[in-house]
Amino acid sequence: MYQFEYHKASSVDDALKKLSSADDGKILAGGMTLLPTMKQRLAAPSDLIDLAGVYDLKGIKVDGASVTIGAMTTHYDVHSSAEVQKAIPALSKLAGLIGDPMVRHRGTIGGSLANSDPSADYPAAVMALGATIKTNAREIAADDYFKGLFETALEDGELIVSVSFPIPKRAAYQKFPQPASRYAMVGVMVAETADGIRVAVTGAGPCAFRVPDMEKALTAKFAPESVADIKISAEGLNEDIHASADYRAHLVTVMAKRAVAEA
Amino acid sequence: MAKVSMTVNGKAVSANVEPRTLLVEYIREHLRLTGTHVGCDTTQCGACTVHVNGQAMKSCTMLAVQAEGAEVTTIEGLAKGDELHPMQASFKENHGLQCGFCTPGMVMAGIDIRRRHPNADEQTVRHELEGNLCRCTGYHNIVKAIMNAQV
Repeated sequence: MYQFEYHKASSVDDALKKLSSADDGKILAGGMTLLPTMKQRLAAPSDLIDLAGVYDLKGIKVDGASVTIGAMTTHYDVHSSAEVQKAIPALSKLAGLIGDPMVRHRGTIGGSLANSDPSADYPAAVMALGATIKTNAREIAADDYFKGLFETALEDGELIVSVSFPIPKRAAYQKFPQPASRYAMVGVMVAETADGIRVAVTGAGPCAFRVPDMEKALTAKFAPESVADIKISAEGLNEDIHASADYRAHLVTVMAKRAVAEA
Repeated sequence: MAKVSMTVNGKAVSANVEPRTLLVEYIREHLRLTGTHVGCDTTQCGACTVHVNGQAMKSCTMLAVQAEGAEVTTIEGLAKGDELHPMQASFKENHGLQCGFCTPGMVMAGIDIRRRHPNADEQTVRHELEGNLCRCTGYHNIVKAIMNAQV
């Protein structure tokens, strides 16, 4: 790891001030991706600004209509929250499938979404539930947030403060994990929301995406057989030693079927 | 350099370290507590698992400065004198090790699993052990040891 300066932020404003005065600064949340990347020297920020001491960014609030999760809330806290388990059980389940227990104790929802790994789990929930990402500057709708491989709508110097998930009528998440890393080879969340049925896929493409054909078929009839024959095109999907694009495309249908059965 | 202070195994410690010093480097090279191992150095194998404020974490993927003010427990902090911690005793009783390299991390993860799942069944223990690799593949007795520990 290359040398850097370490700063502890006391508030969101303080973090943004420290970030703007740094040469090539990076925000540090749980560090579950950033630190390994720095260890491999694939990232070499001049300064790290640690949000661990910004306590306003931690915590879960549930009201009648939505679950709002602070950016620095860990996967473990989302998974084990009785309130989340009651309001959106699929979200609690998804958080419990990320990485391993030690990673879940440190990794945060804000860090995961800011990084937008193509195989991360949270993007499927953000897309399927139609969540709103709140930053220091504005609110971003899920459909406008994911832009491409590790690319989001976040501007330089913009920081995720919280994520608000509308409570769906029902939802389920099914994931085919890469057996070593537990990242989603393909993960699909299906949700029946106030705005209709939403089907979101992670792991298969450069970033999370929805499948309108499946949404239409499930609106007509919410049953596994409705999606069983809907194939998505393998063009542009991820391909690596673990799975070809064709295999990932196939898995999208399989995971969608299972998610509908579970919802 | 950054000043860092924390409590390790009940003892207050502090040092000036480079910010890039990993928690595991601080534990092994500064404090000379070499029971915590570095297996993969890539957040996968869990040999470096320690407890930070009561939760199991991978100390190879945490900066020492991130543990500022924290209570850290390593494998050396478990036994009371000659009396093994119940999880250590169970690993001995069930022969939950072969070469022993992953054992410190397995014991620390095992305590954390039973803290969160006091009556964990085999399936739960196996699922919860996803972040700890045993290169000898000796999982069978490790799982038995974690399930049967008198914690």
